[in-house]
Amino acid sequence: MTPSPDPSPRRVLPEGRFAGPMPWVIAIMMFLAMLAAAAGLAIERTTASMRDALAGRITVQIVEANPDLRTRQRADVARELRRLASASAVTEVSDAEVRDLLTPWLGAEGLDSDIPVPALIDATLSDSSAPAIADIQRTVRTLAPSARVDRHADWLGPLAGLLETLKWLAIALVVLTGVAAAAAVILGSRAALDQHRATIDVMHLMGATDRQISRLFERRVAQDAISGAALGLVLAFGALMVVGWRFQAVGAALVAGSALGLIDITLLCLIPIAGVGLAILSARITVLRSLAHIL
Amino acid sequence: MVARLVCTAVLYGCPPTVRITTLEQLGGTHAHAMGNIVQFDNVGLRYGTGAETLSNISFTLASGGFYFLTGPSGAGKTSLLKLLYLAQRPSRGAIRLFGQDLVTMRRDRLPPLRRRIGVVFQDFRLVPHLSAFDNVALPLRLSGTDEREITAPVEEMLAWVGLSDRASARPATLSGGEQQRVAIARAVIGRPDMLVADEPTGNVDPDMALRLLHLFDGLNRLGTTIVVATHDLHLIGRISSARMMRLDRGQLSDPTGDLRYPPRTHDDPA
Repeated sequence: MTPSPDPSPRRVLPEGRFAGPMPWVIAIMMFLAMLAAAAGLAIERTTASMRDALAGRITVQIVEANPDLRTRQRADVARELRRLASASAVTEVSDAEVRDLLTPWLGAEGLDSDIPVPALIDATLSDSSAPAIADIQRTVRTLAPSARVDRHADWLGPLAGLLETLKWLAIALVVLTGVAAAAAVILGSRAALDQHRATIDVMHLMGATDRQISRLFERRVAQDAISGAALGLVLAFGALMVVGWRFQAVGAALVAGSALGLIDITLLCLIPIAGVGLAILSARITVLRSLAHIL
Repeated sequence: MVARLVCTAVLYGCPPTVRITTLEQLGGTHAHAMGNIVQFDNVGLRYGTGAETLSNISFTLASGGFYFLTGPSGAGKTSLLKLLYLAQRPSRGAIRLFGQDLVTMRRDRLPPLRRRIGVVFQDFRLVPHLSAFDNVALPLRLSGTDEREITAPVEEMLAWVGLSDRASARPATLSGGEQQRVAIARAVIGRPDMLVADEPTGNVDPDMALRLLHLFDGLNRLGTTIVVATHDLHLIGRISSARMMRLDRGQLSDPTGDLRYPPRTHDDPA
């Protein structure tokens, strides 16, 4: 007598990789989720990079028509700033540098000596909170009544807000993709339950527990989910490599700050694993809830 | 010895090399332990909001007994069997099985009871994509039997029903009689305390029907309570120790089990 070649109890339900739409649906969902997550991580990287670059940096602008007074006030303010314990770097921007900054906007001929240009002082503070800045503003104004203190972070506030919104949008996309994948698994599990109802009934009557039956479905869903997640992972990393290569070609400083690190890539790799876990959990809950309705 | 007699009596093609130990194990532990294994008390069953399919059913089945359930088509035989093999709960009344109240029992406590019952369905209900071997092995796997301890009993059981050479065949490639024997092998391999068979001879020729009946008789001698629903009155007379229950329009006409075919006489001891 020759027993069947694989008498595994796992084969009570027929199996076949990529036999149905489930692996492809999961592959697409994982692909989209990983792209959204990568975008979110890149945006977070960019925001952090920008935050680091601008954190604590202020510019004191002295608008004074009298050039001598302006120069003196600049020196006084710079000296006062250097006395602050929170100031790590204070740089007086020379008139020539200011003119260089303004030339692209006003043109060389627009910057004749009769037009007053503001005096600028760049400073980096360890505490750039609003109260600290207000204190500095008061101190500076005692020396130069026309001085204005600008936090660099304020200039890029709208951009930071946009990036923050985009980051949360990416997170929402990842969550929605996960929900959609779970919904697909639930529908697939229900269809499989209906398809194999006769076999399930027989197993029940032989004394199979609900968990024994649900494990069969979980195993089948796990096979589909692993296949789909692996495919989605490969496709997503392929797409990210192409995008990364394109970004490198752009070469902008802002873009350079968005490069994904090892931790980001590890997080991306966790998405398919979480997807497989979610699929198995969805299948288990669906099957157990369905079985609870029959004796 | 009993097992050898059973093997000799009921099996066609039963090879002399088949080990008898499996058959001893099948029923040896509960052989003829008398006492009520089933008790129905004023049971009624209705599907949905329709009329009662079964009404006021009261009877007891003794452990180790052989029972025939007869009646015309639509009388409720299959419904009664469903109550017996725990596919349905009654709409009213009380059922005790193996001493336990089924009506109030939580569903998560039903699987251990179901493992004590072997069922031969009228339509066999073999798992279509599993081989004969795997179909017979299914109850053992569900009960958590180690894979190494499955092969030998299943091979012996297939030999017992004369299907050694069809172990790898899928149900679709088996004849009706072969499927029936696989279904019976599957029903008895878990050493059930009770075997419930719904029209087990309905799809086989008379010769095969008689052989299957002798097979049930052999199991009964090993201590398994047998309940067979059948239309075939000629078969009923073949089992001298059997008792008959008759269902008609959902009513059990012989709740004591004294009605037999041919009818019991007053001189005939119970």
